[in-house]
Amino acid sequence: MTDLFTTIVRSPVARKVGVPQPTRLRRYEPGMPLCDGPVLVAGHGRFADGVASWLGGAGVRAVSAPTEAGDKVGAVVLDLSTAIDPAELDQLRLLGAPAVKALKRNGRVVVIGTDPATLTDVAQVTTQRALEGAVRSIGKELRGGATANLVLAQEDAQDGVRSAVEFFLSGRSAYVDGQVVRVDASTTGDADALRPLAGKVAVVTGAARGIGAEIARVLSRDGATVVAVDVPAAGDALAAVANDVKGTALQLDVTADDAGRRIVEHARSRHGGLDVVVHNAGITRDKLFVNMDDDRWRSVMDVNLRSVLRMNEAVLGEGGLSDGGRIVCVASIAGIAGNRGQTNYGASKAGVIGLVEALSRQVADRGITVNAVAPGFIETEMTARIPFATREIGRRMNSLQQGGHPKDVAETIAWLAQPGTGAVTGQVVRVCGQSLLGA
Amino acid sequence: MASQPTPRAPRRVAVLGGNRIPFARSNGPYAKASNQDMLTAAVDGLVARHGLAGERLGEVVAGAVLKHSRDFNLTRETVLGTCLDPRTPAYDIQQACGTGLEAAILVSNKIALGQVDAGVAGGVDSASDAPIAVSEGLRQTLLAANRARSAGERAKALAGLRPAHLVPAIPENVEPRTGLSMGEHMALTAAQWGISREAQDELAAASHQHLAAAYDRGFFDDLVTPFLGVSRDTNLRPDSSVEKLSTLKPVFGRGDGATMTAGNSTPLTDGASAVLLASEEWAAEHRLTPLAWFVDAETAAVDYVHGDEGLLMAPAYAVPRLLARNGLSLQDFDFYEIHEAFAATVLTTLKAWEDADFCKARLGLDEPLGSIDRSRLNVNGSSLAAGHPFAATGGRIVASLAKQLKEEAGGGRGLISICAAGGQGVVAILEA
Repeated sequence: MTDLFTTIVRSPVARKVGVPQPTRLRRYEPGMPLCDGPVLVAGHGRFADGVASWLGGAGVRAVSAPTEAGDKVGAVVLDLSTAIDPAELDQLRLLGAPAVKALKRNGRVVVIGTDPATLTDVAQVTTQRALEGAVRSIGKELRGGATANLVLAQEDAQDGVRSAVEFFLSGRSAYVDGQVVRVDASTTGDADALRPLAGKVAVVTGAARGIGAEIARVLSRDGATVVAVDVPAAGDALAAVANDVKGTALQLDVTADDAGRRIVEHARSRHGGLDVVVHNAGITRDKLFVNMDDDRWRSVMDVNLRSVLRMNEAVLGEGGLSDGGRIVCVASIAGIAGNRGQTNYGASKAGVIGLVEALSRQVADRGITVNAVAPGFIETEMTARIPFATREIGRRMNSLQQGGHPKDVAETIAWLAQPGTGAVTGQVVRVCGQSLLGA
Repeated sequence: MASQPTPRAPRRVAVLGGNRIPFARSNGPYAKASNQDMLTAAVDGLVARHGLAGERLGEVVAGAVLKHSRDFNLTRETVLGTCLDPRTPAYDIQQACGTGLEAAILVSNKIALGQVDAGVAGGVDSASDAPIAVSEGLRQTLLAANRARSAGERAKALAGLRPAHLVPAIPENVEPRTGLSMGEHMALTAAQWGISREAQDELAAASHQHLAAAYDRGFFDDLVTPFLGVSRDTNLRPDSSVEKLSTLKPVFGRGDGATMTAGNSTPLTDGASAVLLASEEWAAEHRLTPLAWFVDAETAAVDYVHGDEGLLMAPAYAVPRLLARNGLSLQDFDFYEIHEAFAATVLTTLKAWEDADFCKARLGLDEPLGSIDRSRLNVNGSSLAAGHPFAATGGRIVASLAKQLKEEAGGGRGLISICAAGGQGVVAILEA
């Protein structure tokens, strides 16, 4: 979606006079190497050796010093998971800075720490908590499409670390920057790297257009059979998406009392099961708080929040989501930072975050994970309608200095939906290019 | 000598689902949509609903009543534009308003015989994007010029052109052998049977109310896919009432006895529909649950030309033959779908079945077929409310009745009756 302004600011003339140019992000395509260039794996934590070993298995060269790599590195993975004293944080600088200096375009910085919530020693908690501030700051300093993210692991979360580090190194996380992902000790088997969702049945609500349609496409590309759900009035666009991904279209209003039951019934009868549910359907009805009317308030709450709670009852009930299933909700940075004119929307999306945290604990024993993504400024038909100045500010106010694509949101959801991402639950991953909002 | 193959027993034929675009009054939102556009949308919606993208089906059979000559291969061209496997064969049929149901019969028969395992039956009509032909005089002149072998002969042929030749021939809703419109024919039959204005208006109001209620309870959520921004039939008037309908002036028939108005007659309509039919095995392989079984069908025709019978009375003859063959009485049905070409058509047909003289003299029955429970008639509305894109009506009815039988009633038997131009009628039985 290129408007006139974007065309002008990206023109050679604009480049010459010094208008900052956003980098074309490295976005995942099947068959693409995990990382563009050798990966420096450094640090003395519990995970570095494992990371270097599976990187080799994935055909990526792992090096232990920047000099080994020649002049440039594609990514830096720093394992400080066993740092117990703030003095050790110096390692971050000593090991990391030379490599970050040699980072290629669209490079990656991934730091591995230990989840402070699993620690009790004050010095240790302090040290591990400090990593977050350092990583988020590195993210703001990086240029050229590079990102910095933090993986906080439990004691023995080898599989979880692998899943999260792989995601952050890959083009799937192109627009995920300055994020913290916690991984627990869940173990998962090896997955098919090209089709990690093969054999899975996934339901996507709000799939007729925009981000939802892209979620359907990415899940299908990764091997899932997709049930595309949207309101009957969007049925023509929905049919096009369903046919495109060779899935099925299910026209229903998610706010209907029996929506969850009908989704489960359709998935089971037509596709033999239900493994992934993506609650993407959402609406905005903006108005300043003091002018907000009953209808605007209620419709946003109904579609964005209450329908999700209601559908989950059926989805998690008898004969619903399979054990080891995945629920992914779509929150928003408006639910984290708030937004002028969006008390209703902000409330509903913050509510989704609460839902994810609480529900994830309830279903953990069934191997089901519940997570959310929180998109920032994503280039869609909806954001194309934002007034020019507001849109341009929204687009630029992040570390990657550009808006994200619907595909970026979809890739993060597809990652959370993978069988291999069982160690990530109850979390909100922002897909916002490290937006200044809600940082 | 090769041994004779044993004939296979006929198979049960399942109605698996249907899809249509909302029907729209002509020269409205679909004014610029072609038959192929609409049929493609209907088939693609059906494909999406049933997860058939890329699937090769046994055949797609459909047709249009008003068809451009360039659309000689309308259904095949449609298939090539849909998400079905392009190796799916297709052919066109045309039996006026019976086209859609006749297409379903043809596909069902091939499935029953084991010649195909699954197919789509459909129909489409645009009264807006209608074909306009050149006048007969101009056509003859142009053909003569085309046959000419020299410039001189060609000039001579073209010299035969007259201004009157330039008036185009626009298709009319008129019976070629009587010169009467269908409405005028129906008005004669309605007068003959003494069908009152009130009864017609009541039937029309009920049709609108039933269709609106069906939309409101989500009945059409998996039967209709929006098209060009339309998500409900544009002819639907949910607040229709006998009082409002009674204010309309008659448009067919003459004098004080005229009863047929624009409110109790169907308007010219654009739209398309498609139905998925298959064998039990194919349905199971594709994890699709049959809504109903396509049990049997019958087609009849009457001699309306010499005044022997009303133009739209053929279903009155087809139904008793179908009942006799299946050992059923008219009362053995849970639902009746009698196509509302005009309210008077439905009422005349019902009255004829109740009439001992008609049943004896015309149908050769000792007893009249009797009356039906009117609360079981057109329970989700019919053509008076939805509109009637000629060839698309059959598909609309088959899919709606199948769903009604399976999901709303939990089983039962339904009768479909559709009258058609040329004095024909197509009827069928579904069971769930």
